[in-house]
Amino acid sequence: MQFTAEQLKVMDSIIARYPRSRSAIMPLLHYVQAIDGYVTPRGIEVIAGKLDLATAEVTAVSTFYTQYRSEPAGEYHVGVCINTLCAVMGGDAIYESVSEHLGIENHETTKDGKVSLERIECNAACDYAPVVMVNWEFYDNQTPQSVKDLVDAARAGNPPAPTRGPNKLRTWKENSEVLAGISDGLYNEGVSAGEASLRGLKISKGEK
Amino acid sequence: MTKLTPVLSANWDEKDSFTIAGYQRAGGYKALTKALAMEPDAVIQLVKDSGLRGRGGAGFPTGSKWGFIPQGDNKEHYLVVNADESEPGTCKDMPLLMANPHVLIEGMIIASYAIRANYAFVYIRGEVAHVVRRVQQAIEDAYKAGFLGKNIGGKGFDLELVLHVGAGAYICGEETALLDSLEGFRGQPRLRPPFPAIAGLYAKPTVVNNVESIASVPAIIQNGVEWFQAMGTEKSKGFTLYSLSGHVKNPGQFEAPLGITLREILELAGGVREGHQLKFWTPGGSSTPMFTAEHLDVPLDYEGVSAAGSMLGTKALQIFDETTCVVRAALRWTEFYKHESCGKCTPCREGTWWLVQMLQDLEDGKGTEEDLAKLLDLCDNIAGRSFCALADGAVAPIISSLKYFRSEYLEHQKNGGCPFDPVASTNFAAVKS
Repeated sequence: MQFTAEQLKVMDSIIARYPRSRSAIMPLLHYVQAIDGYVTPRGIEVIAGKLDLATAEVTAVSTFYTQYRSEPAGEYHVGVCINTLCAVMGGDAIYESVSEHLGIENHETTKDGKVSLERIECNAACDYAPVVMVNWEFYDNQTPQSVKDLVDAARAGNPPAPTRGPNKLRTWKENSEVLAGISDGLYNEGVSAGEASLRGLKISKGEK
Repeated sequence: MTKLTPVLSANWDEKDSFTIAGYQRAGGYKALTKALAMEPDAVIQLVKDSGLRGRGGAGFPTGSKWGFIPQGDNKEHYLVVNADESEPGTCKDMPLLMANPHVLIEGMIIASYAIRANYAFVYIRGEVAHVVRRVQQAIEDAYKAGFLGKNIGGKGFDLELVLHVGAGAYICGEETALLDSLEGFRGQPRLRPPFPAIAGLYAKPTVVNNVESIASVPAIIQNGVEWFQAMGTEKSKGFTLYSLSGHVKNPGQFEAPLGITLREILELAGGVREGHQLKFWTPGGSSTPMFTAEHLDVPLDYEGVSAAGSMLGTKALQIFDETTCVVRAALRWTEFYKHESCGKCTPCREGTWWLVQMLQDLEDGKGTEEDLAKLLDLCDNIAGRSFCALADGAVAPIISSLKYFRSEYLEHQKNGGCPFDPVASTNFAAVKS
C-alpha cells in the first residue's frame, strides 16, 4: 500500500521546516508512526526516497531511538517509570502488578491490540512520583490499583483523562502526529501547572 | 531563612499562563522591545555582567558562551535550546514549558538577536506530548504577533524558530550528541575541539543553552543586572528552580536564590515524610555524587556543592529515607546508564554492562568484600575515558554510595540478600493491605 498524496504532502511540509533536509528524519519517523503505528518498511523507504538516503541510513537512525518501534504499539501505550526514584516510590510494584494483570511483559502488546507496555526511564515528573505515561501523557501519583483501573478503562474504550494534559486521552497514533509537529489544537486543555509545580509559588504567596 | 523568589514560575497559577495573552499580561515580550533597542554586543555584555551561568548542569557563564561566536564571519549562526531534560530526578524544564513556554521563546529571540542567528531550534524530548503542544502553539502565536519571522519589531532582524521533537535518548541531552541528532543522525557525542561555538550545527557557529538559562534572560534584560545580582551568592548569581522529589511531605518546584540549603527547602516542604529520616539525596540528578544528612547545610550553589564533593547539576533534589536500599538505588541508576550508553566509547559501552552484573550480585547477596574493590577499580577505568560525561555520571552513584554506605553493601552478603522491604519505601505503603 502506498502513502496517500495528502500524506506525502505533509511529509514535504515537515522537510521544509529545516535548512537541511536530513534534519527532518526524526519528525518524519514520528509521522510514519502516526500513520502506521510503528516504523514500517514502507515508512523507511518513503523517508529514504524523500531525503535521498539509503534505507540502511534511515534504519540506523530509527533503531537508535527508543520511541521508534519496530512492532505496532497498542492503541494505548503504557509506560511505567522504573528509574530509581519512581521505582522506590512504587513504580516497581506498579509495573509488576499491571504486567501480571495484562499478561504481557515489557515491549509486548495485548492480543486485542489495545494496550502495550514499556518500562520507561525518568520522564521529568519526579515530583509526581510514581509516574505513568500513556501515549506520552502524564498520569501523576499512581498506585498499582489506579493503573490497573486505567488499563481496564482504556480497553473498554473509556480511559481517564491525563493528570496534566488534554481533557480526553488521544490514541498512540494521534499523539505520534503531535510529536511530528502537527498541531491537534488541544494545547488549551488541561491545567497550566500541577499541584507540585505550584508548591514553591504558593508558599511564597503565603498560601499552602 | 532564605526567601523564595518566584520569577520564571511567578504566573504559573494563572489559568492561561501558557498563552500569549496570559504571558503579555504578566509583562511578557517587554524585554524583547528593550533588547532590540540595544546593540547586539551590548546584550551579550549585559548577560555577561549579570553573572548568569548555565542551568543545565555545567554552570558555564551564559554570556561568555554567546561571546565565543565569531562575528563578521559571513557564516550562518544558530541557537539551539536543549529541552531534552532526561537526567534522573530532573523535572524543572518540562513544567516550565508547560506553564510558561513564551518566556523561553522571548529569551530565544533575544539570544538569537545577540549572537546574530537567523535560525533557532528547541530540541525537546519526545515523551511529553502536552508540553510539545504548548510550545508548538506558543511558537505559532509568536509568529502571528510578529515576534518571529521577518523584520522583527521593525528592526530588520529575521528569525525562524523550529520545534524539534526527540525520540527517547538520554544521550541527546549532551550538547554535541544533540547536534548530531538534530542533523538527522544517531545521537552520539562528538570529539571536542572544535566546540559548537566554532563548528556546531551543520558545522556552523552554534550556541547550545539549557531551557532555564535562556528563560532567565528576559527578566535580566527587563530588571537589570543589579536586580539579578541581589540574589544568589558571590559567584552564583540569581534565582533558579530547585526540584524536590521523593520521600518528602510536599514535593515540588521551589524557585529560590542560588545558595539556599536543603535544610531550608525541606523546612518549606514540611520535611521528610512523617515518621522517617533522611538517608541520602542527590543535589543535581543521579549523575551528581550523593549526599547524606551531614550535607543539609551545604549552600546549593555551584561552588558550595562542588566544595562538598559533588556538583550542583540540574538542582534535582531527590530525597530518600531510611527505608531505601542504597544498593538497589545504585543498581537501578546503573541499569539506566547501561541502557542509555550510546555505544560509541568502549569503556562506557562495556563498562556499564559489567557494573550492572556486579551490582546485581551485590544486591542479591552474592557479592564479596573483594568485589567492592573490583567495582571501584572498574569505575576508575570508565570515568574520564570516554568522549562525554555519561560515563562519569554512571560511576557517581556507585563511588559515592560506597563512600557513605560501605557496610550496607556488605550486609547484603551477610544477610544472603537485600535486607530491605521494598514495600516500606513506596508512597502507598500505608494503604497497601
